Amino acid sequence: MPNIGNKQQRVDGPLKVSGQATYTADIASPFYHAYVLQSSIACGSIMELDTSAAEAFTGVKAIFTHKNLPERLKNMVDYTDPLSPPGTPFRPFYNDKILYNGQPIALVVAETFEQARYASRLIKVTYEQKEFKGSLEENLKNASADRAPEPASNRGDFEKAFKNSDVSITQEYRQSRNYHNPMEPHATSVVYKDDGSIVVYDKIQGVASSLKYLNGVFGLAADKVQVKSDFVGGAFGSGLRPQYQLFMATLASLELKHNVQMVMTRAQMFSFGYRPEVIHTMKLGCSKDGTLQALSHHTVGETSTFEDFNETIVDWSGLLYKCENVNLEYKLTPVQSYTPLDMRAPGGVSGVYALECAMDDLAHKAGIDPLEFRRKNYVDYDQNEDKPFTSKELRACYDRCEELFGWKNRKDKTTNESHVRTGFGMATGSWEALQQKASVSLTMDATGKFTLKCATADIGTGTYTVMSQIAADKLGVPLDHIDFKLGDTAFPDSPIEGGSWTVSSVGSAVAGVCKKFQYRIADVWKRKYPDYQDAAFEDITFEEGNLEYDSKSFSFTEIMQQASKEELSISHNEAPAEGQDTHSGYAHCCVMVEVSIDKELGVIKVPRITNVSAAGKIINPKTAENQLLGAMVWGLGMALREEGMVDTRYGRVMNANFAEYHIAVNADVHDVHTEFVEEKDDKVNPLGAKGVGELGIVGLASAISNAIFDATGKRLTKLPMLLDDVLEV
Amino acid sequence: MNTHQVHFTVNGEPVQVSIEPWTTLLDYLRYHQKLTGTKKGCDHGQCGACTVLVDGNSVNSCLCLLVSLDGKEITTIEGLGTPDNLSSAQQIFIEEDAYQCGYCTPGQICSSIAMRKRGEIHSEADLKDWMSGNLCRCAAYKNITKAARRIYEES
Amino acid sequence: MKPFEYTRLSKDDLATGTIPIDSTFLAGGTNLVDLMKYGVEEPNSIADVGELPYNQIEESASGLMLGALVTNADTAYHPTVKNKYPLLNKAILSAASAQLRNRATNGGNLLQRTRCYYFYDTAMPCNKREPGSGCAAVNGFNRIHAILGTSASCIATHPSDMCVALAALEAKVHVLRKGDSLVIPFDQLHRLPGNQPEKDHNLLPGDLITHIELPEEGFSGNFEYLKIRDRESYAFALVSVAACLKLSEGRIEDIRVALGGVAHKPWKLKEVEQEYIGKAASPELFQSLAEKLTRGAQGFGTNDFKIPLVKRAIVRALTNALNPA
Repeated sequence: MPNIGNKQQRVDGPLKVSGQATYTADIASPFYHAYVLQSSIACGSIMELDTSAAEAFTGVKAIFTHKNLPERLKNMVDYTDPLSPPGTPFRPFYNDKILYNGQPIALVVAETFEQARYASRLIKVTYEQKEFKGSLEENLKNASADRAPEPASNRGDFEKAFKNSDVSITQEYRQSRNYHNPMEPHATSVVYKDDGSIVVYDKIQGVASSLKYLNGVFGLAADKVQVKSDFVGGAFGSGLRPQYQLFMATLASLELKHNVQMVMTRAQMFSFGYRPEVIHTMKLGCSKDGTLQALSHHTVGETSTFEDFNETIVDWSGLLYKCENVNLEYKLTPVQSYTPLDMRAPGGVSGVYALECAMDDLAHKAGIDPLEFRRKNYVDYDQNEDKPFTSKELRACYDRCEELFGWKNRKDKTTNESHVRTGFGMATGSWEALQQKASVSLTMDATGKFTLKCATADIGTGTYTVMSQIAADKLGVPLDHIDFKLGDTAFPDSPIEGGSWTVSSVGSAVAGVCKKFQYRIADVWKRKYPDYQDAAFEDITFEEGNLEYDSKSFSFTEIMQQASKEELSISHNEAPAEGQDTHSGYAHCCVMVEVSIDKELGVIKVPRITNVSAAGKIINPKTAENQLLGAMVWGLGMALREEGMVDTRYGRVMNANFAEYHIAVNADVHDVHTEFVEEKDDKVNPLGAKGVGELGIVGLASAISNAIFDATGKRLTKLPMLLDDVLEV
Repeated sequence: MNTHQVHFTVNGEPVQVSIEPWTTLLDYLRYHQKLTGTKKGCDHGQCGACTVLVDGNSVNSCLCLLVSLDGKEITTIEGLGTPDNLSSAQQIFIEEDAYQCGYCTPGQICSSIAMRKRGEIHSEADLKDWMSGNLCRCAAYKNITKAARRIYEES
Repeated sequence: MKPFEYTRLSKDDLATGTIPIDSTFLAGGTNLVDLMKYGVEEPNSIADVGELPYNQIEESASGLMLGALVTNADTAYHPTVKNKYPLLNKAILSAASAQLRNRATNGGNLLQRTRCYYFYDTAMPCNKREPGSGCAAVNGFNRIHAILGTSASCIATHPSDMCVALAALEAKVHVLRKGDSLVIPFDQLHRLPGNQPEKDHNLLPGDLITHIELPEEGFSGNFEYLKIRDRESYAFALVSVAACLKLSEGRIEDIRVALGGVAHKPWKLKEVEQEYIGKAASPELFQSLAEKLTRGAQGFGTNDFKIPLVKRAIVRALTNALNPA
């Protein structure tokens, strides 16, 4: 039975369920523990910073602040990482300036975590405060398109088409700030070696990013530092850039010549990147028969005062439906805060939220079923880029979702609870299917076991498992003969794990290295078995660790013995194929939801969410389905739960904890279901696979918003939607 | 030194320590016993990643001061089974793919086992409520619920 | 957390009357340890009461005595509580998480502190945490804050669910004060903030809660605990209602309504309840009670919605109590 397409259990499962999977803070070494003191103001400068009481506290080894930052970290130092947006990255302890509330202003290193934390409270700080504007709303007049990348080109004549539309809507939509909050807090464990080199265990979605940062900031040559990350306890984008704990632990380790560990507190997990608050203005127009004629999507997003973080938001409105007259605009405005950070389906989830709410609104005003409205405006090519798609089975998603959910007869459902209103909503979702360059090495030992290595990551997505499945099939060996290793800068290069491109990029590289192995082993075989020297490669098959030809079978180990080889090693670099850019690659989905709303109490529940996705070849339906389901719950959380509450008087997040920043809990999740439709794609990458990590969240918040409208007749235009928003007063 | 004597068992092994009173059970397990399967997710009883069994009941080890656990039996994920010899509950979590990143998993498994011991689950809502003390940011809740139900009913 | 002296109290300490008055008592620790880690509470000395003999639930002549050290979970699942005081069972199980209920004690639950965002953040002004520093919630985020019995200095709420049920049941709190036993009616345990919001309750330093006494009447026939919150589990109440009815041929013999999430203490007005004794239960009657019980309610911006919400919740809870599932 082939492994690809099989519902394979995770190969790292036994380690995870037994507590033996070692995350960054689980590294067993005698560490000093580092704790960060954060600013309590958002803007101004530090006047006095008295560390004497803290220094005298039991167990304290050192305190680092802007007053004693080593000079070499101030001169000609490069604080950027591979995903730095334009601007100047945050530089801890660089000077006395306060750029945001919660900024690290002192690092206490002590023998225990508890000592370091308490000693930090003994530091006395006085500030000189400056006026600032703490919210997007207050800073709107500073919004500028110059700070943001240009969106896809406008087309047609939007103004004229909008004016001539039979039906039109103009509506503003707002999303609040969301924080990633992986269960594992950000952590770095630095092991200091006698020769002055360090091994850095970092929570990161790509070890190469940490290495680049350490090279730039601390001037550590590649032979002086190795970065490792075997297991990542979730990230969702929070590990796309090195976070400040990497700087802290490394600084302390190098200065003290000792192992140092820093683990952020949950509150500190709210002191760096986030999905930014954005305000969308949508104008859509269609003809009486529901043909979309004009679409304008303008968005303003928040960024920090020191970096111009941007997302691809409005472009999605030019992509998803057929429309000749499109106007897109994207602006950024700085607020007194840390720089936002890509968070699961960055940009897409925001742009599509506004678009899919607006589409629903327009369909309603035109008197057309929202699903029919989308079918009517279906598009088969990428209008932004003027290219065909590598594949697009969205129509099949609509059909299957309609059937599974019972969309046509949805209104037949009655409830026996008189105080409950039921509503139904749907939306389209989409995400990019990208491939990046990636490299993989492969070694077969004398027993026929394979070790593959790549510097990629497994943030819970199933990289270990999926790559093992691909390798087993592409080599023709049993799954348990594969050991896939990742998360080490000593391994061949990988793109950062993000953008849903790991299967596509690393998976294609794995397939490539396996093909190379087959050629190599066939060559060795032909040399050692001269009878077969003229065998054509196409006539050879590989199964269960054997090379098979002309009804004869030769095990890989036997061939190795004949060649007196202990092991066989090869490596491979895979890049997107020439000419791949002639097509656009996207995965698509349709999502339908049922909501029930208590008429008097406003309580909103989501009894049912059905998603049908088209994402090319699904390597492991078990892990892929799990990711889709997780993303759908994220959509629910974004729609109904999550809100980073910034008190704009202070620029401070007031619910920086899991009790008041509500991520969805088990009881919030009822009937959630996902399926894949068949989608053949021979262009997107050699595997024909598209990523699914982000797809499921895109569109979901709009589907819920649309269902709430269906239930109440009230169009909510902000996220999250809370019970007070639907309470009929 | 401000330390206090405490006796208890960890995964069946009797332990006697002299410990500073502000040491939590979680920090003791992770830093002193090197039992790092129990995770710190929030350190404030708001996420359940640190869930262990104290006399068979699930508790947030981050909020328990070790000094107050004199005479208790403590069981952590490491005491339930090893990768080569998994308990049925651990095996069920693998079969149901009741995780993604795995960070909350030890706590989820401990909660499932405590739920079975308490035996007060009368509905799907009861089960989901019981398991709601363990946040999963990967949101593998559908599969966690399946696994927890099997543990409650089968083992 | 700040280093502290630790002592473990024993039965002998009770006998000799050496309960310290300058120590903070530690039972389950689910709230105290949480607050100490944030630096909100920084006791110099802690007296662990965990081994004191208040860990039983016993029938008494007048009802049921819940030991202060019995966990919330053991209380909720106790057969007598389930059968005779199902309101208390439901309220406890709607609170926190299984793990917290397994550790938190009854005595501790009574003394848990507010969830006000500004109280929990030591960088912010808060009159409850630091008297005189001001209240940041009045003009800040106050969606979870009080609408009844507030003062200019504090609009925090008491976060317990269990206490709302205990208030409705008119439980009594047994306290050991300087070696003497003292019985405090439940509605006199907690207090309104006034100009001393740092005081959550009327206990004196050194007072030790030993038992909670439930009266004979458990309202097991007609009761409801209705909790409205931002997620379906593991969230504090925005508004909660404990409702109890005793009926005779459709007429109200006894009625109890206590509210959570709306005030500095569980909100219950005996005089309002009394007005409805002897009347025929109806939605209109419940509506009238809701109006009277919430008279004077005042919102502070983002919690304005609680005013209509709590009234509807009262009507719903009483209606559900009238028609048990």
